[in-house]
Amino acid sequence: MHKKQCVAMLLAGGQGSRLGVLTQKVAKPAVPFGGKYRIIDFPLSNCYNSGIDTVGVLTQYKPLALNSYIGIGSAWDLDRIHGGVYVLPPFVKEQGGEWYKGTADAICQNINFLDRFDPEYVLILSGDHIYKMDYSLMLEFHQVQEADVTIGVLEVPWEEASRFGIMSTDENCRVTHFDEKPKEPKSNKASMGIYIFNWPLLRKYLLEDEQDTSSSHDFGHDIIPKMLNNQNTLMAYPFEGYWKDVGTVESLWQANMDLLDEKSELNMYEPSWRIYSANPPRPPHYTAATGKVNSSIISEGCLVYGEVKNSVIFPDVYIGKGASVQNSVIMAGVYIEDNVTINKAIVGRKTVIKQGTTVAALPLQEKADQDIVVIAAEMIIPPYSTIRTSISCLTNEDYCGKEDGQS
Amino acid sequence: MIDELMGVINLNESEEYLGDLSRSRPLAAVPFAGRYRLIDFVLSNMVNSGISNVGIFIQHKYRSLMDHLRSGKEWDLARKRDGLFILPPAYTKTPTQIHRGDVENFYSNLDYIRKSRQKYIVIAGPDIVSNLDYREALHAHKKSGAEITALYTKVNCNTHDCVRSTVLELADDGRITDMTEYRSTGQFQNITMKIFIMERTLLIELVNDCIARGDYDFIKHCIVKNVSKYKVYGFHQQGYVARISSLQSYFKHSMELLDTKIWQELFFKSGLIYTKIKDEPPAKYMLEADVANALVATGCYIEGRVENSILFRGVKVHKGAYIKNSILMQKCEIGPGVILENVICDKDVFITANKQLKGECNYPLIIKKGQVI
Repeated sequence: MHKKQCVAMLLAGGQGSRLGVLTQKVAKPAVPFGGKYRIIDFPLSNCYNSGIDTVGVLTQYKPLALNSYIGIGSAWDLDRIHGGVYVLPPFVKEQGGEWYKGTADAICQNINFLDRFDPEYVLILSGDHIYKMDYSLMLEFHQVQEADVTIGVLEVPWEEASRFGIMSTDENCRVTHFDEKPKEPKSNKASMGIYIFNWPLLRKYLLEDEQDTSSSHDFGHDIIPKMLNNQNTLMAYPFEGYWKDVGTVESLWQANMDLLDEKSELNMYEPSWRIYSANPPRPPHYTAATGKVNSSIISEGCLVYGEVKNSVIFPDVYIGKGASVQNSVIMAGVYIEDNVTINKAIVGRKTVIKQGTTVAALPLQEKADQDIVVIAAEMIIPPYSTIRTSISCLTNEDYCGKEDGQS
Repeated sequence: MIDELMGVINLNESEEYLGDLSRSRPLAAVPFAGRYRLIDFVLSNMVNSGISNVGIFIQHKYRSLMDHLRSGKEWDLARKRDGLFILPPAYTKTPTQIHRGDVENFYSNLDYIRKSRQKYIVIAGPDIVSNLDYREALHAHKKSGAEITALYTKVNCNTHDCVRSTVLELADDGRITDMTEYRSTGQFQNITMKIFIMERTLLIELVNDCIARGDYDFIKHCIVKNVSKYKVYGFHQQGYVARISSLQSYFKHSMELLDTKIWQELFFKSGLIYTKIKDEPPAKYMLEADVANALVATGCYIEGRVENSILFRGVKVHKGAYIKNSILMQKCEIGPGVILENVICDKDVFITANKQLKGECNYPLIIKKGQVI
């Protein structure tokens, strides 16, 4: 195998239970975002754009959609002769196999994979954040600082700080203190879950940690504090720019809405830092004379006869005459019949919403602070119904498209 | 039998047909329908007909076409066995002669056809925009016992452009009795699509015969002259078939796509139409956007007003601009306050603020590639 300077390991095994029905069938990194992407497109595109050509993707929870989506990585130009993308699920060994018990354990179980490339550095990424970041700059920082570990750090609002790994640093960005999800945070410098380790050092720690029965085998809980205690050089790499954890329905919806904001820091139209994705072979979308589209994103293959405002529309969506879609995220292949009203909703793929139906938490239109209504994939919502709360096959068996036998 | 058909795309078109649009590129590479080039239709049709061996006979000015096709991966034609073959004229076999016609190109690449292993071959050009499965015609070809099957459509020449087309006379059993150039007589005509199906070995025979007699035009000499010698049958191709033979027909057929019935048929009927991937983000409509009856491709950014128009990938329309009955190709930028009507902007055109440009509905104004106005 060719030796690599830096190999990325992308943790993509998370269930994302807080996304509810959106992760019923797919792992969180495979959740669709922004009209054509999936969450994992962001770290994978960042890798490609940063010149990292070897990426291990650690999968565990419902990996089918994710595995087939990644394929051989050609969408991100990661189908390479030396390196490229590798999907790494847990596997059976001589002594019996185990699930990945934690983030560190997932890497530890793949030491053989990393040893093949014998990298100097390992970049740890997670598959549930929306951001554009040049990892090569972080690697440069890591090298210049002669660090053992570099942690990507972002300043978060104080009231949110207790959700993150929080660190204190000295004036040279050296980490002096690290708390995973502290109740009373001493700082607002949060870990983005992005680490660069010197691989020989991390390898040693992982093997030690594996033997430690009291460990939860987690980078934030175990490995980082241990390294800090042992006087290793931990540096904080300050990141500025758009970064969003899309672990909840609210944050996923908000991140989609951020794309529509003219002042948004997340610019998808930058040719030098494209976000790559699978491209469906679909014709340009059609906006009819009766259609009216404002402040929205619309993908290929859509037919728009109705009104769309502040919304993100995925490919192959049909929006009928007199329909109104506002403040919503409509996923691929959804069919919205005439005179349907949708406000502040996320509609899963291939769902059919029959004519005259209203989907909104509150009767009043354009009320911004109402709840988000999530409709699961492949549902069939009957005509003239009123949907005020989230629905899926579990809550509304009658609307379950699968049992109807057609959609 | 699986895999019994191979495809040849013959790019021997007069490139003057589309004026400035084909000045610097072959007809096959002329952009069409918001994100495609004309060759995407015939190439996708071949792939969707189960063909995995496609040879493209190219003539000249083919840089943009090579850039578009590359390995053929987007059409699933980057294959170990067969796949896409781009075949320029091999001048070694006719070293001193001026290139006179497409048969010479067939002849110089005859090894490719000889070495292929499929029994039948379909020969098509880039000028037909349609979504069809050649296996229907192949089936008819076998059933009729024809040696050559020519695909044709019935065209009303009073409303459609029949110029530069070849007209068929058919017997009741579908056998072709005569083939001529269109001579502007008669309303309804059987117009060939310049798509022919025959056995691969017959093509080799036809090409060798032509060369031996000093002939060089595939349709005129290999097909038309041989109508009585071989059993040549017509296959009436149903459905939407557009023939791009002039700037007027290019403009007309482009605008037809705003009819969603045609849009549906052309892009979804018997298979999807593939093209080179650009990884553009979805189109973005801003608060002031006012779009009615338009096709909008990915990567567009719209702040102005767009009516009855086609926007290719990555077009920017600024505030206060008004685009009517126009086609804006890839990466055009239309400045604030600009008014365009019946205009075709080739790629990378930049129209600065407050300009007004107007063509006629049957004679669109063309702005050449890369112009700044």
